[in-house]
Amino acid sequence: MSDVSVGLNEKRGLSLAPEAPGGLASPRDYIALLKPRVMSLVIFTALVGLVRAPDHVHPVIAFTALLCIAVGAGAAGALNMWWDADIDAVMTRTKGRPIPSGRVTPQEALAFGLTLSAFSVVVLGLLVNALAGALLAFTIFFYVVVYTMWLKRSTSQNIVIGGLAGALPPMVAWAAASGTVSLESVILVAIIFFWTPPHFWALSLYRADDYARAGIPMLPVTAGPDETRRQILLYTLFLVPLALSPVALGEAGLAYGIVAAVTGLGMLALAVNVYRRRTGTEAVRAAKKLFGFSILYLFLLFATLLAEAVVAGI
Amino acid sequence: MAQKVHRKLGDERPKEEAPPAVRPPPDGVVLTPEQLRRRRARSIAIASVLGFLVVLFYVVTIVKLGPGVVLNRPL
Repeated sequence: MSDVSVGLNEKRGLSLAPEAPGGLASPRDYIALLKPRVMSLVIFTALVGLVRAPDHVHPVIAFTALLCIAVGAGAAGALNMWWDADIDAVMTRTKGRPIPSGRVTPQEALAFGLTLSAFSVVVLGLLVNALAGALLAFTIFFYVVVYTMWLKRSTSQNIVIGGLAGALPPMVAWAAASGTVSLESVILVAIIFFWTPPHFWALSLYRADDYARAGIPMLPVTAGPDETRRQILLYTLFLVPLALSPVALGEAGLAYGIVAAVTGLGMLALAVNVYRRRTGTEAVRAAKKLFGFSILYLFLLFATLLAEAVVAGI
Repeated sequence: MAQKVHRKLGDERPKEEAPPAVRPPPDGVVLTPEQLRRRRARSIAIASVLGFLVVLFYVVTIVKLGPGVVLNRPL
């Protein structure tokens, strides 16, 4: 462990596992550093941005753009794990990650993340276009510096503002395809941005103890579970009509409208359920249901947008 | 005098070396079989990624140049 890491951990009053000698990692551990589940969502939403952009690029260039966006997102994940290794070690959900478990040293993760960040941004900028490269660089910077290093440990609005980093991939892909950003790409970003708080706060409702132990000021820890339930409902009330706006603006078709309306009602019903059930196992079950359905909700919205674009292109 | 010469000759005969009591430690870090297996897996992964990038950059170059540039160039 570097002196810098030791100093930071001492300052936070947390400790990592005994120093690992390094060289113990398998390729699977490095893949785990890239947060493959988050990466799969990034690839999927970026693909939608790429396909829905008005200009079409050569499939090889499109593949390269997706690869760079995926690698950039993975690199940001690796840097997040490097910085957050101390709190990952005390949280049940994350203590098995490669750094806290000692399979990858912090220095290895830092070098891996920095190398992939630079590589993905430079390749996207040179092989696709400069705007896409710049947007990807901003996304990585925002996730690592603004969210991970600054907001996550300092404010209960961490995932609200930090959610922008997870929302940007469709815009990066849109820029890769067209060289510009447009209103539809902004709406795609906005949908993910406003989806993030109800999604993560539902998770944090039944993981509040974990976050409290790690000293992360998630909303249920700082404002309490009832306020979190109210915020979840408010964000969902804003999210559902926002998800319908592509239809109103003529950028999505009837199929998307039906899917957005039906699944939006499902989101609202589950958010109301979370708001009403506040104690015992019923409250936990309600939060878990909303968390699980929110993933399906976002997937169905973007899958329908993708399907409509593919059908229109045939 | 003769005995002295004989003793001297005897001293010059090569002696069999006794085995050392403790083996000297090998140089550097000794990896366990598991560490060797993981290092080999990492090396193969890095080689695969580099090979993939070579192919990708080649194909992207051809695409960006356009097929006419490569196939119809003056010989």
